[in-house]
Amino acid sequence: MKKYIFKRLGMSIVTIWAVVTITFFLMHSVPGDPFRKEGKMSPAVYENLLEKYGLDKSYPEQYMIYLTNLLKGDFGDSMKSKVETVNDMITRGFPVSAYLGVEALLIAIVFGPALGALAALYQNKVPDYIAMIVAIIGISVPSFIMGTMFIQFIAKNINWLPIGGWGEFKHTILPAIALSMMPLAYMARLMRSSMLEVLGQDYIKTAQSKGISKAAVVLKHAVRNAILPIVSVLGTLISNLLVGSFVIEKIFGIPGLGALFVQSITNRDYTLIMGTTIFYAIVLIGMLFLVDLAYMAIDPRIKLTGEGR
Amino acid sequence: MDRIDANLNKELQREMFEPADLSNRDADKIKRPSIKYWPDVWRRLKQNKLAMSGLVLIVGIIIIAIAGPYMNKFDYFEQDYTKINLKPNSTHFFGTDELGRDLWTRVWIGARYSLIIGILAAAIDFVIGVLYGGVAGVASRRVDAFMMRLAEVIYSIPYLLVVILLSVVFSKEGSGTSLFVLILAMTLTSWVPMSILVRGQVLQLKESEYSLASESLGASNGWILKKHIIPNTLGPILVNVTLTIPRAIFAEATLGFLGLGFQAPNSSLGSLANDGLAGMAVGNAYQLIIPAILISLIMFGFNVLGDGLRDALDPRLRK
Repeated sequence: MKKYIFKRLGMSIVTIWAVVTITFFLMHSVPGDPFRKEGKMSPAVYENLLEKYGLDKSYPEQYMIYLTNLLKGDFGDSMKSKVETVNDMITRGFPVSAYLGVEALLIAIVFGPALGALAALYQNKVPDYIAMIVAIIGISVPSFIMGTMFIQFIAKNINWLPIGGWGEFKHTILPAIALSMMPLAYMARLMRSSMLEVLGQDYIKTAQSKGISKAAVVLKHAVRNAILPIVSVLGTLISNLLVGSFVIEKIFGIPGLGALFVQSITNRDYTLIMGTTIFYAIVLIGMLFLVDLAYMAIDPRIKLTGEGR
Repeated sequence: MDRIDANLNKELQREMFEPADLSNRDADKIKRPSIKYWPDVWRRLKQNKLAMSGLVLIVGIIIIAIAGPYMNKFDYFEQDYTKINLKPNSTHFFGTDELGRDLWTRVWIGARYSLIIGILAAAIDFVIGVLYGGVAGVASRRVDAFMMRLAEVIYSIPYLLVVILLSVVFSKEGSGTSLFVLILAMTLTSWVPMSILVRGQVLQLKESEYSLASESLGASNGWILKKHIIPNTLGPILVNVTLTIPRAIFAEATLGFLGLGFQAPNSSLGSLANDGLAGMAVGNAYQLIIPAILISLIMFGFNVLGDGLRDALDPRLRK
């Protein structure tokens, strides 16, 4: 068990290192340098700028400097913003994105499996059809379309729901729902098939024949076993959520990390792109790691001893 | 013992029997022609209405994406400032955009690109995934373990981040992203699930009873590969391919929406939706809704077809 955790942790660190390295060299292989086109600047200013961002040194040197700074938690200076460092921007944007992301995840985790379980319990009846329609819509309609449709058809007709912005709880409702649709749909589908499989098992029949109430059979025996596959895909779903937040934040004008990332791309702010990419990667890989641990803790069938496969 | 036999003989007289009817001697012969694997899959797929509607939808969209741009006299780049922001009508089926370009033509050119991207990305995933997974499946344990660890590391790099990053790096400012870069970015990490699938299948099938049976009957490795392993892996691979296509289309649409898609006047469904967002703000909602619906329909079609295929290929669900 311990051995597995360490192995898993080691792999996560290797992955983060790989992301850092790839991102660094990709960003530095961009043809030209970021200051050339800032109009007419004197050669001295240009030299100073290069020196400030360490661009006058060789690639390996720059890479080592970047890596050491990263270990200290320093993402460097933004190339476009004169007042904020990349760290400032991330600490400003991340709480907003995290709030939205957690809200969306909660919606998905509560309603997705519930919908899937209902669909399985009433297979080929009305609840099943409703659940499957929701699931198909959630999977087929990309979040950016969902978001814009929400603004167009819901926010514009209901006065107290704002069409964008950030600050109060009501600002989070529509974006969180739009963001949660895809993971919700995915979980509902997964839960349905997993629940159907569990409901056909012998131990369900045993429980029923012991005379336990239907609710107890469903909650204690069926749902508890059927929910396991859902936990195993949580990591991927969280990563989808994060990516979904790029577009959702753009549409609803939310000042989160996603909007920042998109903006850094449009501005070609290379240090900011690098910083946010690496930050995202760390968050995601950390999540995958935690989800793996959680899965191990939940699933009684996994007893990792020795061979960690 | 003897007493019972004697009793039986007394009771059982010859008259009590009559000769058996020989006419249905071959009652247990199988009358129905045996159905081969793929026709059987097709038969089951045809019963799945949702999957068939997906298939019909995809075929329909492909046909219009090929023929649609020629169905009226406009070109996708042709601007007409006297006809900007026209609502859908009989000459401009989907209306025009803010530069007076015909949206019907632009939408179907966009659908063409989206489909090409989806199919190409899936094809490349297929080739790399099958090769990598196949090699890992037959390689020695140590090589296999190394290859799979490497694949896992590659796969935990977030997919869309890589795509976005590469599009930023390889597209010059203001010139859009080329088809080549898009496909490269998309396939860089997305072949991993396919390779894991193929490896798992190969490992499992290599050890299966029927492979062993075939081997003990003197079959060569090539025969086993051709007769048992490849046909049995093909199903799951096909499902995976069907589900990779919508993912690539989705990724491209998201990129286009973030402004990292093709350079105008070329269009993809994502970049059209992005343009449409501006149109919607000034009251021309159709400019967004039409590409949005088309993206959703394509995603819907491939997803339900993939699901249907998975069910049709699963012998446990056979009725």
